[in-house]
Amino acid sequence: MPVLTRWYVKTAILYLVVALLLGAVLAGNGVVPLPAFLLVAGPAQIHLFVVGWLTQLIFGIAYWMFPKATAQQPRGNDVLAVLTYVCLNLGLLARVIGEPWQAVAPGVLAGGLLVASGVLQWLGGVGFAVLAWPRVRGR
Amino acid sequence: MPSVSIWMVRSALVALVLGFSVGAIMLIGKGIGAFGGLSAGIPIHVELVVLGWMVQLAMGVALWILPRLGARGPARGAAWSWVAWALWNSGIVFVIAGAAGVPAVRLSGRLIELSAAIAFGAAVWSRVRASGISAM
Repeated sequence: MPVLTRWYVKTAILYLVVALLLGAVLAGNGVVPLPAFLLVAGPAQIHLFVVGWLTQLIFGIAYWMFPKATAQQPRGNDVLAVLTYVCLNLGLLARVIGEPWQAVAPGVLAGGLLVASGVLQWLGGVGFAVLAWPRVRGR
Repeated sequence: MPSVSIWMVRSALVALVLGFSVGAIMLIGKGIGAFGGLSAGIPIHVELVVLGWMVQLAMGVALWILPRLGARGPARGAAWSWVAWALWNSGIVFVIAGAAGVPAVRLSGRLIELSAAIAFGAAVWSRVRASGISAM
């Protein structure tokens, strides 16, 4: 298993735990009074699960298991692959911080985090598609 | 990787980029306080990311990985898998078009997706079996 796949899969597991933890906390609303920033964390929780866990796990396993691109670069451009991982995760973290922040106390910093999150996650998705495309082929 | 898997996985990659693009536009809009009505894009974003990307990727990889009955010949059920690919993507297009506010188009899309799921099941059902090399 390549090093980057190990990063992807272990990061995905961490997000899974965090997503379920946050889901449990949100489910406690009404039982325990929650601070305002948690009450608006629903979309962030969904994305921790769908992007942080599901999509990230897929990226990691596909990077490992898809047919080789070339003999010289079996998994495509290594730098692009690392940048894809970095963009996806920085983008997701920016969302998790920025979205509740923007909802509770809108401002330039929180809004900037959301803009950065949108751009970074998009770059992560496009980077993966660019890496995977030539590897989706017959033998 | 068989041709139908190539088409399914590449279609999934296209849906990934489109779905992430819609999501990014909505998130940026939220960040700069613009495009207030863009929350209408949520159903399109979800359709592209969940059905177009994740489910379609799973289908494409399943058609690639599941044991094939003929050791050398084309896998049985290949015609059904092409039907599944065509219907699945048509259904997604209809659901997205229907998200603009035409419930009948959206319903048609969902029914086409249902047909695609049945076709996919027909394509892989007989391939869900022991491969002969698995210990379990």
